[in-house]
Amino acid sequence: MNNSTIGGTKRKAANALAMTGMIIIFIAYMFPFIMVVINSLKEKRDIITDPFSWLFTIKGLSFDNFVKAFTQMDFLNAFKNSLIVTVSATVLVTLLSSMLAYYIVRRNNLISKIAFALMVASMIIPFQAIMIPLVSIYGGTLNVLNHRITLIFMHTGFSMAMSVFMFHGFIKGNIPIALEEAAYIDGCTHRQTFFKIVFPLLKPIISTMVILNSLAFWNDYLLPSLVLTDKELLTLPLSTYSFYGTYSADYGTIMAGLLLCVIPILILYVILQKQIIGGVVSGAVK
Amino acid sequence: MKRKSGGKDFCGFALPGLFCFAAVVIVPFIYGVYLTLTDWNGVSNVKNFIGGANFLSVLQDAQFWNSLLLTFKYVVIVVVVVNILAFAIAYLLTRGFKGQNFFRAGFFTPNLIGGLVLGYIWQFVFSRVFVGIGEATGWELFGASWLSDPTLAFVALVFVSVWQLSGYMILIYVAGFMGLNKDVMEAASIDGATGWTKLRHIILPLMMSSITICLFLTLSRAFMVYDVNLSLTGGAPYGTTEMAAMHVYEKAFTSRQFGVGQAEALILFVIVAIISGIQVYMTKKREVDA
Repeated sequence: MNNSTIGGTKRKAANALAMTGMIIIFIAYMFPFIMVVINSLKEKRDIITDPFSWLFTIKGLSFDNFVKAFTQMDFLNAFKNSLIVTVSATVLVTLLSSMLAYYIVRRNNLISKIAFALMVASMIIPFQAIMIPLVSIYGGTLNVLNHRITLIFMHTGFSMAMSVFMFHGFIKGNIPIALEEAAYIDGCTHRQTFFKIVFPLLKPIISTMVILNSLAFWNDYLLPSLVLTDKELLTLPLSTYSFYGTYSADYGTIMAGLLLCVIPILILYVILQKQIIGGVVSGAVK
Repeated sequence: MKRKSGGKDFCGFALPGLFCFAAVVIVPFIYGVYLTLTDWNGVSNVKNFIGGANFLSVLQDAQFWNSLLLTFKYVVIVVVVVNILAFAIAYLLTRGFKGQNFFRAGFFTPNLIGGLVLGYIWQFVFSRVFVGIGEATGWELFGASWLSDPTLAFVALVFVSVWQLSGYMILIYVAGFMGLNKDVMEAASIDGATGWTKLRHIILPLMMSSITICLFLTLSRAFMVYDVNLSLTGGAPYGTTEMAAMHVYEKAFTSRQFGVGQAEALILFVIVAIISGIQVYMTKKREVDA
């Protein structure tokens, strides 16, 4: 890491070159976002004549697109739906998977072994291999599609295996059983021991899993599109899809709509950047 | 956990989670295998047992094999380009210059946004911005929208996927580079290893565990690409950019051939499982300890 101090001018020149290259690559990466922001503030005719023109060269600078997108997408409602689904499913999967993982680690019986093996194996099954029978069972036989609760239940089920796997590794490696034994001696029940002693100790892995799961739930399109069709229930990705279908020629409104979808996550990202990046890395490396 | 009251603990701790998992993953998966043996159309109550006929239909479904071939092509290019690019950027980022965290955070941004929205953003860039550049500069390459030409639309899809996935892989490679043992690197430099030799014989073997993870992630994600495919090209022009996952969806939910669609989904699953299994086995074998 101390290259610059031992290298001398040659090394410095190389670093400056690397820095310049990095900035160019970075701007290229950000290019689509820059385009969206610029064009979301323009009127349609300005976009068509010159999508590349910068803000100060055009006259029709306005926030009309945002107002139109906001109402046409029914943004508040879609945002509310996404929030309800994401928060409920994240809370549910965090609770259920940590409890299940705890059971599997502390009770090494046949059921535990079979359940854990099944879960690990199931992680390679892609969603597409399950979606058709899923629709057939929940849409046909049970007839419970078009309810938020069904979607929450499915999100929970699909992220269960990965979450249990992560909690399992953490509990096995980091939670000393002596602590729980002490709690039992003091008269705690199993439930109290878990929620008062073990669960607080899981904080690092909980924050990783909350970040990974909530991002996945918030952005998912395919599963919600199969479950929810009622206009009142659409989540943000779903309402973006139908909004795009209706307004695809109205570029300014579209760009404003896309930006509206992105802004909530970006705000969260700016605040929680360290945790999110840390969570994603530890989630992948495990 | 104590031995006694085992049944109660099972119900309290394990059952709710297991139930969710089984109801959403295991039962549909098994039922899906059964579905491939029926002629269900998604609506009627009649499901006739027709044996292996669906798999015969899969064999005759030329569109499926075309999309599978296209997916293979796509996966190979995406996996190779993403990993080389991410590895190189991560290498540059960890040379120790300022703002490393800022760049890393910026590169990761596309991964926070759903594939659907990303695809729409790029659709605008390809069909309006690039065309605008073409009109202004007269460059042939941007004369018409890439998305209306079969070959260029495929290139566009690869391009966007590389852009989307590389930020994630940069994070993992950066973590790998940061974890490299400094003593080993120093020893290699003192022994006179520079540039390519150092990369080939010291860095690459030590980075193998990061490479295993990144290859696995890019492979499985690329094979199952759907959201970006749907919003960027929608399979257009004329279904020439329809990837396997999208074909499965269309087969089941648009053509209403659920049995055939499910058979194709299972074939896809087996292929992905075998290929990622081989990849993990091959790269894990090359992992070394510092």
